[in-house]
Amino acid sequence: MAKTSAHQKNKSYSNAVYATPVSEHPSLDEVYEVTPFSEAFWTYLNYVILNIFGWFRDLLRNARIENRKGSAENNPPGFVPLYQSYESFYTRNVYQRIADCFNRPIGSVPGATLDLLERVTDDYNWSFRFTGGKVKTINLASYNYLGFANNSGPIAENVINSIKTSGLTAASTTQEFGTLTQHRKLESLLAEYLGTEDAIAFGMGFATNALNIPTLVGKKNDSFQSLAINKTKLLYLKGCLILSDELNHASLVLGARLSGAVIKVYKHNDMNHLERLLRESIISGQPRTHRMWKKILIIVEGVYSMEGSLCKLPELIELKKKYRAYLYLDEAHSIGAMGLRGRGVVDYWKCDVNDVDILMGTFTKSFAAAGGYIAGKKDLIDHIRVTSHSAAYATSMSPPVVEQIVSVLNLLLDNDEEHEGRQRINQLAWNARYFRQRLTKMGFIVYGHPHSPVVPALLYSPSKIAAFNREMLKRGVAVVTVGFPATPLVLGRVRFCLSASHTKEMLDEVLKHAEEVGDLLNMRKSKLNPKRPFHETES
Amino acid sequence: MGSSANQDNVASLATDFYSLLESFKETPFYHLLFEIFLVLTVLWLILFRKPRRIEKKLTEKEKQELIDEWQPEPLVPPVDANHPALNVRVLDGIVGKTIEIDGKKSLNFATFNFLNFVGNPRIADKAIQAVQKYGVGSCGPRGFYGTIDIHLELEERLAHFFNCEEGIIYSYGFSTVASIIPAYSKRNDILFVDEGVHYAIQKGVEASRSTVKWFRHNDISDLERLLAEQDIHDKKNPKKARTLRRFLIIEGLYMNYGDLCPLPRMVELKYQYKYRIFMDESVSFGTIGQTGRGVTEYYNIDRRKIDLISSSLEYSVGSIGGFAVGSSFVVDHQRLSAQGYCFSASLPPLLAAAAIEALNIMEEKDTTLCDTLMEKSKRLHRKLLDIKGYLIVGEDISPLKHLRLTNSQNTVARLEEIVEFAQTRGITITVARYLNDEHHLPEPSIRLILNVEMTDEELEFLCTVLQEARVKVTV
Repeated sequence: MAKTSAHQKNKSYSNAVYATPVSEHPSLDEVYEVTPFSEAFWTYLNYVILNIFGWFRDLLRNARIENRKGSAENNPPGFVPLYQSYESFYTRNVYQRIADCFNRPIGSVPGATLDLLERVTDDYNWSFRFTGGKVKTINLASYNYLGFANNSGPIAENVINSIKTSGLTAASTTQEFGTLTQHRKLESLLAEYLGTEDAIAFGMGFATNALNIPTLVGKKNDSFQSLAINKTKLLYLKGCLILSDELNHASLVLGARLSGAVIKVYKHNDMNHLERLLRESIISGQPRTHRMWKKILIIVEGVYSMEGSLCKLPELIELKKKYRAYLYLDEAHSIGAMGLRGRGVVDYWKCDVNDVDILMGTFTKSFAAAGGYIAGKKDLIDHIRVTSHSAAYATSMSPPVVEQIVSVLNLLLDNDEEHEGRQRINQLAWNARYFRQRLTKMGFIVYGHPHSPVVPALLYSPSKIAAFNREMLKRGVAVVTVGFPATPLVLGRVRFCLSASHTKEMLDEVLKHAEEVGDLLNMRKSKLNPKRPFHETES
Repeated sequence: MGSSANQDNVASLATDFYSLLESFKETPFYHLLFEIFLVLTVLWLILFRKPRRIEKKLTEKEKQELIDEWQPEPLVPPVDANHPALNVRVLDGIVGKTIEIDGKKSLNFATFNFLNFVGNPRIADKAIQAVQKYGVGSCGPRGFYGTIDIHLELEERLAHFFNCEEGIIYSYGFSTVASIIPAYSKRNDILFVDEGVHYAIQKGVEASRSTVKWFRHNDISDLERLLAEQDIHDKKNPKKARTLRRFLIIEGLYMNYGDLCPLPRMVELKYQYKYRIFMDESVSFGTIGQTGRGVTEYYNIDRRKIDLISSSLEYSVGSIGGFAVGSSFVVDHQRLSAQGYCFSASLPPLLAAAAIEALNIMEEKDTTLCDTLMEKSKRLHRKLLDIKGYLIVGEDISPLKHLRLTNSQNTVARLEEIVEFAQTRGITITVARYLNDEHHLPEPSIRLILNVEMTDEELEFLCTVLQEARVKVTV
């Protein structure tokens, strides 16, 4: 253990002096600068021009003056068209123009640096051709917060061993013969790590939300048959309420919809609005019948990946206790990445983990594996084991993936400051603060919480989204830029994901390039932090 | 001056009044009655009707009381500690042709390991190489640097294997078909779904919010009846009918029943009633057809007539994940609108590498693997038919069979006893597990899965044990 940590120290912790343990108090101030009027104006104009051109080009295509690129439907006549034409208007005319910024294939470990497969297009992004070359870039795009994406080292050795001893799959569901000793070990380690009574793990993070929320707030089970194997009478009763944050992830929205409960959405992180909704809902009861609600579930995320904001956990817990609701916390991006000991937002806000009823998270981001988990009290987890769609019908997790998570958990459970686990957590915290501070001081409009590992800088218009992406790629930096529909129409942005494996030199290089490109695209227009050149922002 | 004007006024008033009285004499009787009635009503409304009480708003105190009184249900209902899901067998080692339970080895007829690729050393090697090149996780969704070249290779290979234009892979078998259906079928579209489809398809159908018409399992006449009804409905409103899409959702080989779908007739009906076919071949991929290309190969139907074939990499291929193949026009749509594809991390590269190697092996072995499997399935079917007291459900060439006890003895408890007894004799089988809220819960059964590497003696042994078990249980 000591040998590997020394080895790691030499490799990526040469800037050990910059990695201070996180000791400051959790912060409540998040900054959302108002959109400058000029930016909003130009963005709307941008969309108007795109629409006009799109309409014109569609006209040409319909009149066969221009060739229809993209695959054509070759179904026999009489069939209703598979897609509505207006659904694909946006795809054909806006998305297709900047399609080279997305779905970029990589050819290496998604670590601190990335090898992109070079691809060119001969026909304006309708099709791509690989040249066979590779472009080495600094990777600020992958969700590799603690830097565990490695293809060598002791963890990779463990994974290779487990492929040899346990195979790649048990080819059976969890409730039949898919449970291996590794799965039980993973669940007990996870419960220890999070401080809960029990935990259960699934093979896919998206499915964890979509398939388990219905078992908690499901609708009445009308098709109960006496031949059923499940001896437990499932008391799913109609009349549950879900209060979900505006910016919740698609998997949470899908899970809420599939459950059949009534859904009310409150403004992002607005605790006053949430309290008003809670009061009104309890007072007026269910719609039409005015019966009392059976349960109320508040669904929030730990870190919102598009905004970079944190949920206000202490206030949420207070509200939840006052109104006797249940809290579902999705820590997809925050587990391992936030908190003094890396135990997520509960650790960061120094709250009691028993106050959160259902803790959910994924293994894709900080653990560099795949899958999701739910943790909480033992009777909750027992109920999920019995009724989860995933436990009954989906193949259990693959053993090498489980081994990766178990090895990472072992490192993270180690509280010694000198050892790798804590070093990585501290490094990530330092990287996140450093990068955000310098970026803000350089005049970029940055959203989100000062301590979150996700740093979104605003671009506003769709053309800048494409331009920023391409310019940074030319300079050897891979970034993620997003626009509508993942963000509001006017608020396109670039989202930097920090990692513990980034060194200070890499971050400085990225910041220098960002300064150049920011000037080229006229992005550094923050009024709160007037723009300053890079060398002046060191502090 | 004034007085004469006044006098004129009074005079005109008098004449008006007089003419009014005259007109009264001339009105019909009923008119008069009606006017009197109206006047009386107005008087009653004004004088005698009680005013409606306006509902007063709740006071703050009352609101607070309501909030204080409200008590939620417990988050989860109590669960029986003896439930089988809470007492699963925990295994160790490779779950291949044989499993080790409590130190004893037993033959495995319970896991979906049709072609015995679990633990295959060639596949394991390729997976190890992938770990050494790419690490374990892909750390991102497909849209944001999560697309690894090995994913593209797997998609190409799958498309090539099925002789289709394009393929797309998902990272989880369950969410493959559950994401595909809502991507195409929206709120007012019509889905014709077989009642016996497995749970993932049911969830996909639910998530799409379309109008669902269930037809009896494998009953073509029921389907034709529904189609005819829909046709009549369409003719009444042709304008609306032109905007409604129709889909037929079926499985190649049904996991809950083990029988094949009557595909040729369904394709005929497709061109007659103009719907699209989405077929889920999770179980039939690698097991049916001479080279394992599924039900379309078995029936010798052109794969271009099926709009989309979805399947799973978790059964025959021995990896994790799912995929779909079809024409580029159909498959490409999923890259932007299938939720399980866009919003989820991509498949770990080691599992993709394993799937590619499995495809290599399948292509090398060409017909030998699947032919052997179909032969053995037929033999097993004949042997099982010889045992008295069991009802075998499923096609004879299907490697997945359901076993039930005859008549009213078929209960879960008895089947569990059979499973226990078989375990003591060294045969691992399982009772098929379902959740309560299946749309059409199948009857309790034991799900038998044939591994291609089982020898004849082992199959004989299985039948012997099943016979003994039945005798023991029904005594």
